[in-house]
Amino acid sequence: MCYDVAVIGAGVIGALTARELSKYNLKTVLIEATNDVAMGASKANSGIVHAGFDAKPGTLKAQLNVKGCAMMEGLCKKLSVPYKKNGSLVVAFSEDEMHTIKELYDRGIANGVPDLYILNKEELKSIEPNLSDEVYGALDARSAGIVCPYELTIAATENAVVNGVEFVRNFKVSSLEFNDGVFEIRCGDNIINAKYVVNAAGAHSDEISQMIGDNSVELIIRRGEYFILDKAVGNTVSHTIFQCPTKMGKGILVSPTVDGNLLIGPTADDIDDKENTATTAEGLANIKKYAVKSCPSVSTRNAITSFTGLRAHPVNDDFILGPSKICDHFIHASGIESPGLTSAPAIAQYLVDMIIDSIGDVKTNDSFDGSREDVFRFRHATDEERAEAIAKNPAYGRIVCRCETITEGEIIDAIKAPAGARDVDGVKRRTRAGMGRCQGGFCGSKVVEILARELGMNLNDITKFGSDSKILFENTK
Amino acid sequence: MKRELTCVACPLGCTITVELNENEVISVTGNTCKRGEAYAKTEITNPTRSLTSTVKVNGGILPVVPVKSDKPVPKDKMFECMKIINSASVDAPVKIGQVIIENILDTGADIVATNID
Amino acid sequence: MLNYDLVVVGGGPAGMAAALKANECGVKNIIVLERAETLGGILEQCIHTGFGLHYFGEELSGPEYAAKFIEQVEKTDIVVKTDTMVLDINDENVVTAVNKEDGLLKIQAKAIVLAMGCRERPRGALEISGTRASGIMTAGTAQKYVNLDGFMPGKKVVILGSGDIGLIMARRMTLEGAEVKVVCELMPYSGGLTRNIVQCLDDFGIPLRLSTTVVETHGKDRLEGVTIAQVDEKLQPIESTKEYIECDTLMLSVGLIPENELTKNVGIGIDRITNGAVVDEMRQTDHPGIFACGNVLHVHDLVDYVTLEAQLAGKGAADYILGNADNAPVYVNTTTGNGVRYLVPQRVNINNKDDVKLYFRVGQIYKNAKVVLECDGKIISSKKKVKLAPGEMENVVVPADVLASMTSDSSIVVRVEE
Repeated sequence: MCYDVAVIGAGVIGALTARELSKYNLKTVLIEATNDVAMGASKANSGIVHAGFDAKPGTLKAQLNVKGCAMMEGLCKKLSVPYKKNGSLVVAFSEDEMHTIKELYDRGIANGVPDLYILNKEELKSIEPNLSDEVYGALDARSAGIVCPYELTIAATENAVVNGVEFVRNFKVSSLEFNDGVFEIRCGDNIINAKYVVNAAGAHSDEISQMIGDNSVELIIRRGEYFILDKAVGNTVSHTIFQCPTKMGKGILVSPTVDGNLLIGPTADDIDDKENTATTAEGLANIKKYAVKSCPSVSTRNAITSFTGLRAHPVNDDFILGPSKICDHFIHASGIESPGLTSAPAIAQYLVDMIIDSIGDVKTNDSFDGSREDVFRFRHATDEERAEAIAKNPAYGRIVCRCETITEGEIIDAIKAPAGARDVDGVKRRTRAGMGRCQGGFCGSKVVEILARELGMNLNDITKFGSDSKILFENTK
Repeated sequence: MKRELTCVACPLGCTITVELNENEVISVTGNTCKRGEAYAKTEITNPTRSLTSTVKVNGGILPVVPVKSDKPVPKDKMFECMKIINSASVDAPVKIGQVIIENILDTGADIVATNID
Repeated sequence: MLNYDLVVVGGGPAGMAAALKANECGVKNIIVLERAETLGGILEQCIHTGFGLHYFGEELSGPEYAAKFIEQVEKTDIVVKTDTMVLDINDENVVTAVNKEDGLLKIQAKAIVLAMGCRERPRGALEISGTRASGIMTAGTAQKYVNLDGFMPGKKVVILGSGDIGLIMARRMTLEGAEVKVVCELMPYSGGLTRNIVQCLDDFGIPLRLSTTVVETHGKDRLEGVTIAQVDEKLQPIESTKEYIECDTLMLSVGLIPENELTKNVGIGIDRITNGAVVDEMRQTDHPGIFACGNVLHVHDLVDYVTLEAQLAGKGAADYILGNADNAPVYVNTTTGNGVRYLVPQRVNINNKDDVKLYFRVGQIYKNAKVVLECDGKIISSKKKVKLAPGEMENVVVPADVLASMTSDSSIVVRVEE
């Protein structure tokens, strides 16, 4: 068995690329090193759909950001992924920073960003009254939005699998060889063969490239720490609030999330360890300091959790997309830092067009259905819909997560879905069970029980997020 | 010889000083009530604790049922008692108060179920 | 739409005692809605003894204490629905609930008793930096795994927080074969009962480190260790005291929060300190006909007091339903004086004919201090206490004759005098 294309890495880029490939009559496999999709940067980022004024005109970043931003709303609708066009504001705190705002505006216009406006203080405060009184004005980008990055990845993977893509998890590529037009992709003794490889391995994509002798991918791992605040303060701002950018990135933002929480962060620290998703006392203290500058009322006393995401910053400052110079069947999708999430739909299209051109005569997949029906969400349903759902499946009548009102039925759906949940965090990302203010204090053990039952495993075989993240040891008796 | 104890008879937690001659209690001071004196004497001569744990259930709804010693057991025998409790099992249905292990380690205490299963 | 005279939200010790009391007072049509599979609430997993000393005069385990009430409920006509979650209560006393059998339930109540209990504070609220490894859990979650599911949630354990659940779990884990390395407490004093420190830590040689906290967690998959540090007077970690402790489990026992989401949705007034509803002496909230009792009102340390409080709420609800309640109450607010963090009830109807017991907690440890009750500037009582601690709930009685002499302008103050 030889696949036409193997996509390495089930982050948002890999998942959307696999889905894009499923539009064609190709045998595609999506390979993931961990126990679930979206386990790297795709689960831990700001979830912002950027308008596209940050990147320098002419770069891939600029081109694909604006294109991706325009595609995002329609894609999210098709895949039933929460998306909101809430607009973003880059806030200036001095006359000097207003010059930066003007520069960003001009760059946005050059990049083709629609609906850009410069606001003065009064205009700004009238739409965001909780902003600091120290503000001067802002760049208002109305095409910007927010999306749930891991839900997009999960939905894209599900849809890809429904359309014929194979999903293989816990396959950490240990070696990669290209002989006679075929890649041999190994994870220990397990082998997958494919004619093309898309390297969407995120922070590890440099290592994957090196396996075929391509040392051109140079990444710096940049750590970003965040706080998630309680829904009680989720409406502090309605727009995504940026401060003026620095050379380390876009600075600390304050933004609502699609789920109604408030997100503050990220920090930006370059680190050596690609696995180091620990939060730091200094980082968390910095978030507080800068977030308060934008919105004085923001307090981490409302924090329900904090997390760290790692971005793979490319040294050349632009996305690395396209065939390797060593082997033209090896397609780079590396250095996807911000605005990578926004650009993802455009990147997927860009890469797949390239692969299709290279293969030549490829038929489209006539049975491709790009829509993913929304799963039943008890918390969003009306009383009538709830009653109807419970009548069909009583498991929708049993609330497991109290804080987010998640039913047993939804958890079972998440486990049984294509490329479904296999661990507690997987259930959490698909259903929100355990994401509320008690952070799984009540439902965590129930989720473990349901996973064990549905997967036919023992309670102590269930993990938090795969590998050795076990939850329970042996029986007490 | 003097020994200091924290009384556990009630939430006050008095610091009690016990004066001893060998194992014989000569005086108890620092307590605020009679129960403190009694506690101190037992604690010096034969400290005991009530023991709670679980026992494996065969064929029940839950895999284990909670148990307790129906009277306190000598403090230094708690882990030995645990070994016996850990190797015991009981068939469902279990009733509250049902004796699961009689006279554990000859302490005079029975291990009884404290819930149904 | 179903109709019940009394809907009790929660079938733990508070809900059961309130329902039983209302039933005893002559309310016929009572339903108890419980989210777990059985009645009993958190008592079902509290298998240690120490419950019931005040109320029953004997030392019971949690399930035994609960069973005494479950048996009584079963003997009455009180309707019980388990595995049933209340989703909403509106301001016209309509309760919306859901379960597998009935689907959505809409219940019109004449009166409602809120008895939802409390939840544990999670890690997120603590700002412990470090990895998101598995093996970090609240003490209550660990308690459920060990006592109900029969699984060990860890082998080498560090416990943060010396509240009673943390202390109890230190002993439980040790008896079941785990090694509890240390219990860290941020404050300079323990939040737990002294007897629990002796019986659960000292007995097993488990060190209690006061003014110490966990600052960082380590380990990529399962927890591998934690960094602990002493804190200064401002509770900030002192860099030079950092110490690494190898462990696979971090249990958090860092506070309980009353579960008042339903209460807030009705628009009921909440006390900023207790995080529970503002109530009068019958535990009626500022929304007529809605009562609250137990840990949803304020966190108790003894279930015996929960039972007593729930009986007041049950009596109050019965009076309300049967038309025996005072139609023209005159309220006097209770006021916290020096050293007193909160008072429950927050207001008292002076038409009330009985003595009123005020429950409170102090803000710090006092030795040989006096608890003073002052009404309208007069000292009504002054009781010497050998020890007062934040971890232990205290009470003081406002005598009926004092209430009888009051007017709407009167004052009731409780304070600590050193």
